[in-house]
Amino acid sequence: MSENKNDVLLSIKDLEVVYTAGGATVHAVNGVSFEVKRGQSLGLVGETGAGKTTIAKSILGVLPDPPAKVLGGEIFLDGQDLLKTAEKDMRKIRGKKISMIFQDPMTALNPLMTVGDQIAEVVALHENVNKKQAMEKAMEMLEMVGIPGERYAEYPHQFSGGMKQRVVIAIALACNPELLLADEPTTALDVTIQAQVMEMIADLQKKLNTAMILITHDLGIVAESCDMVAVIYAGEIVELATKEELFLHPTHPYTIGLFGSIPSLTADVDRLTPIPGLPANPEALPEGCHFHPRCSKCTEACKSGEVPFVEIRPGHFVRCGLCSK
Amino acid sequence: MDNALIEARHLKKYFDTPRGKLHAVDDVSFTIAKGTTMGVVGESGCGKSTLGRTMIHLLESTDGQIFFNGEDVTKVDKKKLHDLREQMQIIFQDPYSSLNPRMTVSETVQEPLIRSKRFSKAEIAERAEAIMNTVGLDERLWNSYPHELDGGRRQRIGVARAIALDPSFVVCDEPVSALDVSIQAQVLNLLQDLQEEKGLTYMFITHDLSVVRHISTHICVMYLGQLVETCPSKELFQSPLHPYTKALLSAVPSTDILHKKERILLRGELVSPIEPKPGCRFAARCNYACDKCHEPQTLEEVSPGHFVSCCRVKEING
Repeated sequence: MSENKNDVLLSIKDLEVVYTAGGATVHAVNGVSFEVKRGQSLGLVGETGAGKTTIAKSILGVLPDPPAKVLGGEIFLDGQDLLKTAEKDMRKIRGKKISMIFQDPMTALNPLMTVGDQIAEVVALHENVNKKQAMEKAMEMLEMVGIPGERYAEYPHQFSGGMKQRVVIAIALACNPELLLADEPTTALDVTIQAQVMEMIADLQKKLNTAMILITHDLGIVAESCDMVAVIYAGEIVELATKEELFLHPTHPYTIGLFGSIPSLTADVDRLTPIPGLPANPEALPEGCHFHPRCSKCTEACKSGEVPFVEIRPGHFVRCGLCSK
Repeated sequence: MDNALIEARHLKKYFDTPRGKLHAVDDVSFTIAKGTTMGVVGESGCGKSTLGRTMIHLLESTDGQIFFNGEDVTKVDKKKLHDLREQMQIIFQDPYSSLNPRMTVSETVQEPLIRSKRFSKAEIAERAEAIMNTVGLDERLWNSYPHELDGGRRQRIGVARAIALDPSFVVCDEPVSALDVSIQAQVLNLLQDLQEEKGLTYMFITHDLSVVRHISTHICVMYLGQLVETCPSKELFQSPLHPYTKALLSAVPSTDILHKKERILLRGELVSPIEPKPGCRFAARCNYACDKCHEPQTLEEVSPGHFVSCCRVKEING
């Protein structure tokens, strides 16, 4: 990994997003900052409601407003602030520079269009090509994701779940995007199919030098496909490091708790050590460190004030009061 | 096996579809000993849930036998089935749709006690309270409705309802798949505590291999309705013998970043379980498939307690 500043493709600073509904305000993303370099993959790990998908949707500019509202922050892609870009121009960026793979392949495809036409549609929209060329490119993409070209004219219902997800990936990669947002791309798939799909994403990513943000709750997938990892809790990054650092030296009590919660495939553990309590309620976040009510190491100082994001080792950041001393 | 609680012998469950018979469970035999946990793993559509439901008579078997406490319970009359149901319970996967939205927590937990007609009103209330305490449902939640609770708490209701009548056998059908990891660990610990306390026997159905390794004493691996391998849990993870089990284990993403494991990538997709051809159903994706694989396979004891259904198992594993 080179440390060249110009390599930074995406840079997010202090992103803040809320949802308002029925008088209540849900603080979904609370001051998130991170960078992704070209060709790099960053894993966003966290539980349901931590704000992972909201971050991805803010990058793509597809948050439903209302109820969602970006309160502040900047999202720079290649030096361009996406939050200040007009919708007309965003349309040119979506699918071309940034594309997204959604969680559920069953609902992400149009059931009334052939799979080939759905890929060709993106190509025709973004590239300067005629219809025939778009179809050829679509055929090529199908082959690239391991689906025979002769199935171009088939409809999504004729495909299995794994094949549908490959079509979704083909659509996402058809225009050689610079940034791929993959939101739980394999959660709906079986493990043997998941292995095939992740292998394919990694190959294509290498071939096209695409950067990726991989959203998942599965630490195993992160271990196999990411360079960097950001652990999210209650809309904040609580730990950010390279994969090696995070897996070998997890430091934030929440990260340690996540590791203690998953049964091991190799070691014998009689009892798991789960994180007590429930994920923080985003309508009423606890004062101080948002994790303190569930934290076994909580001190008085954790219950109030801002917790700084501290670099405990080069490139390893932790948001925990115990680390800043 | 001695002290067997429940045993399936050549159990079959077929469904009628417009395109022919769907072989959901095809000639499956295994035994679960008292107080142990049999894990059932396999990918979606392999018949794990159908097997679980057939075992406890939620579905009627097409052929084969089920022995419970040494007694054949495959064909029983209504009265006997009612008694049997008190002994066999199930925890469902989805804690959202398996609870009646119009019943409070305590009403849901009391329901099986009322249905059993064995208890007085006072006993029912007392027992339900004890059970809700056992599974860790706070008293302030007893009059809440399911929609007011999160997934972990809802699944605790599902557990409480299943153990209300002190069953001896509980089928856990993906009980933690819908939960976040931190909550998942809480529920797994609860299930283990209950087993220790009450000597429960579990059949634990899941697609998550790390969960199944953690909770099971024995494991059955299924592929498209067929039982391909069964043995003690530790042995399965140390020395899997069936080519499908090997591929399945190698496909699980591991959090161990220091030891990269070799991955066996499978080709192709699942074949249809409707009117399947005879022989091994995995043959279409198997790297070792030969002509013999298209003849019917039998489950053979390769080493003590380790059963595999593969005609080439000895060649492959040297």
